Amino acid sequence: MNRLTRIFVPAVLVVALLGVAGCKKKPAPPPATATAPAATAPTADLSASPTSISAGDQVVLSWKTSNASDVSIDGIGAVPSSGVKTVTPTASTTYHLVARGEGGTADATAHVDVSAAPAVAVPTNTMSAEEEFKANVQDVFFDYDSFDIRPDAQATLSHDASYLASHPNIKIVIGGYCDERGSSEYNLALGQNRADAAKKALVNAGIAGDRIRLISYGKEKPFCTESTEACWQQNRRAGFSIDR
Amino acid sequence: MRLNSRFLVTALLLLACIISIPVAAQDWVRTGSNLGNERIRIAVADFKPASADPQTPSLKAVFDATLYNDLGSAGIFDLVSKSFAPQATPGSPQEINLAQWSADPANAAMVAFGSLSVANGRLMVYGWLDDTHNAANPQVLGKQYNEEASEDMARTVAHRFADEIIYRLGGGINGIAETKLYFISSRTGSKEIWAMDYDGQNQHPITHLGTISLSPRVSPDNSRIAFASLGREGWAVRMFSLELGRLVAFPGGSASGSNQSPAWAPDGNRIAFSSSRSGDPEIWIADANGSNPRRITYFKGPDVSPTWNPRTGSQLAWVSGRTGLPQIYIMDQDGSNVHRMTDGGYAVSPSWSPNGQFLTFSWNRKYGPGAPGGQDIYVMDIASMRWEQLTHDAGNNDFPSWAPDGRHIVFQRQMGGKSEIWSMLADGTEQHQLTHTGNNFMPNWSWK
Repeated sequence: MNRLTRIFVPAVLVVALLGVAGCKKKPAPPPATATAPAATAPTADLSASPTSISAGDQVVLSWKTSNASDVSIDGIGAVPSSGVKTVTPTASTTYHLVARGEGGTADATAHVDVSAAPAVAVPTNTMSAEEEFKANVQDVFFDYDSFDIRPDAQATLSHDASYLASHPNIKIVIGGYCDERGSSEYNLALGQNRADAAKKALVNAGIAGDRIRLISYGKEKPFCTESTEACWQQNRRAGFSIDR
Repeated sequence: MRLNSRFLVTALLLLACIISIPVAAQDWVRTGSNLGNERIRIAVADFKPASADPQTPSLKAVFDATLYNDLGSAGIFDLVSKSFAPQATPGSPQEINLAQWSADPANAAMVAFGSLSVANGRLMVYGWLDDTHNAANPQVLGKQYNEEASEDMARTVAHRFADEIIYRLGGGINGIAETKLYFISSRTGSKEIWAMDYDGQNQHPITHLGTISLSPRVSPDNSRIAFASLGREGWAVRMFSLELGRLVAFPGGSASGSNQSPAWAPDGNRIAFSSSRSGDPEIWIADANGSNPRRITYFKGPDVSPTWNPRTGSQLAWVSGRTGLPQIYIMDQDGSNVHRMTDGGYAVSPSWSPNGQFLTFSWNRKYGPGAPGGQDIYVMDIASMRWEQLTHDAGNNDFPSWAPDGRHIVFQRQMGGKSEIWSMLADGTEQHQLTHTGNNFMPNWSWK
């Protein structure tokens, strides 16, 4: 919320100022034409495409002037008399081109709306990394009161390991989980053994042990809270997540 | 006729055998837990109001109810119900008519009585205990209390007087009316440590950590609570000072993985706990200041929930999953002399009785996928390994903890989706629910 207001308030101010400036300019042309009978007055045209983007996207500015010897765009500097340039504004911006010639001065503006700023852009990227991780590194499940890796879990762990091997910068947390039966203390220890069994399998498959952190949740953070075997099976697991 | 009578005798003998088995089993539990097999019949007179202060009636009501409840739940008395007791309120030994209390229907062998007054913000209580069968010299006990006039102090004074009576008539074993229970409650949203009086009064939070805290264990001198809580690196054994009202350092309790289920040695100098710092959860012992952690067990699988023999301070019972389902074991504190105590099922959460003779623990003897049977509290005689089931057909019962008098056990009962704290006598009788708000877990009885 704060960040949005921080972007929008200056943007609104810029637009307002330009509006005021535009108003002032309008009565100006008559004296210009009056004082320059010899030289032709310059013309200027500036456009942006697209005019509304998300932060991080590119915008193409194109401009054309005539009868100008000195052309510049605020914030970019001197530019040729006509041309095209790609910009990446991070906030809503009004580009202001000034063309000066013997016949006087002309200017043109182009406004670009930049929406919902970096705040959205960054999570969008990590969400997809998170989703990719979840899709490729799957949790493994255990038999009752056991921390032995089952054959089906072995296959899952091989797949998990190959993804982790191809993404060496990812560190992970393995959470050990247990069903609701039995004592909290014993289940914390059992959950630790489950997380450790999953870690050992990954290490055996070539993943460096120092990329892996273990936390047992015992029966403190169940995925499912019904007292059925289906639910208990959901809760007897080693769960993987990215370590941040 | 002859055949008939022989048949009758055999039938009677058989019947006697059937009846005598559970009775005999109760006997060894009652003897070993100081409950005894004979109860003293005691009456408690309502105390006499001895001042006109407006606070007197309300404080007297608290005092009378607390004293009656303390003696009734002591486990060694046959308490005369109020409806059988004489209506008299003798305020002093001169005012009591002992014959009135020893006669039908009260039939009291002992009677507690006295007076209570409030003056200038002070609560004055005079309490006596008389032996109704010793007309010549009946006074067993005479006590005087002068405290700040408040409901809390009225309760405290009643507890003190009750404990004096229990100490005098209960074989020199201290009463527990002034002891505390520490437990986990999630009633504020996160699992925090709470405390209450032994009778469920005065429930209040101790920690406000906002994470998950488990397994509170109070030090033998009531100054600190060791417990486990979840942090970024997993579970750490942490230490809360009741004197300072804040956490204090316990460096040996932190290591990546699970460090949990602490237990104080009876000398207060060492703490046993479970730690997975070697890769596998094992029993470790550290000094009480958190230094010098050393490993005691070397078994694959979970090793957790140690408890010291409070009498010797040199043995531990704990839970090991080395053969599959968790079982109770005992060992010397250096890890030698390991003995398995339970013969199967799912056995967890041992607590060692104050006299060193018994273990109490939670046991599901029929545990297995789809198997019937409940998780109940049991008591086992260590020397003979015979056991007795204390709870029956009432939810899942776990985390029993002995009271310092050896006569009481507090435990956690989960029933109907709710978990609450209950207490009972060590023979399984007189079960009382102590908490009624939110979910409450893992009670621990203070050492004194």
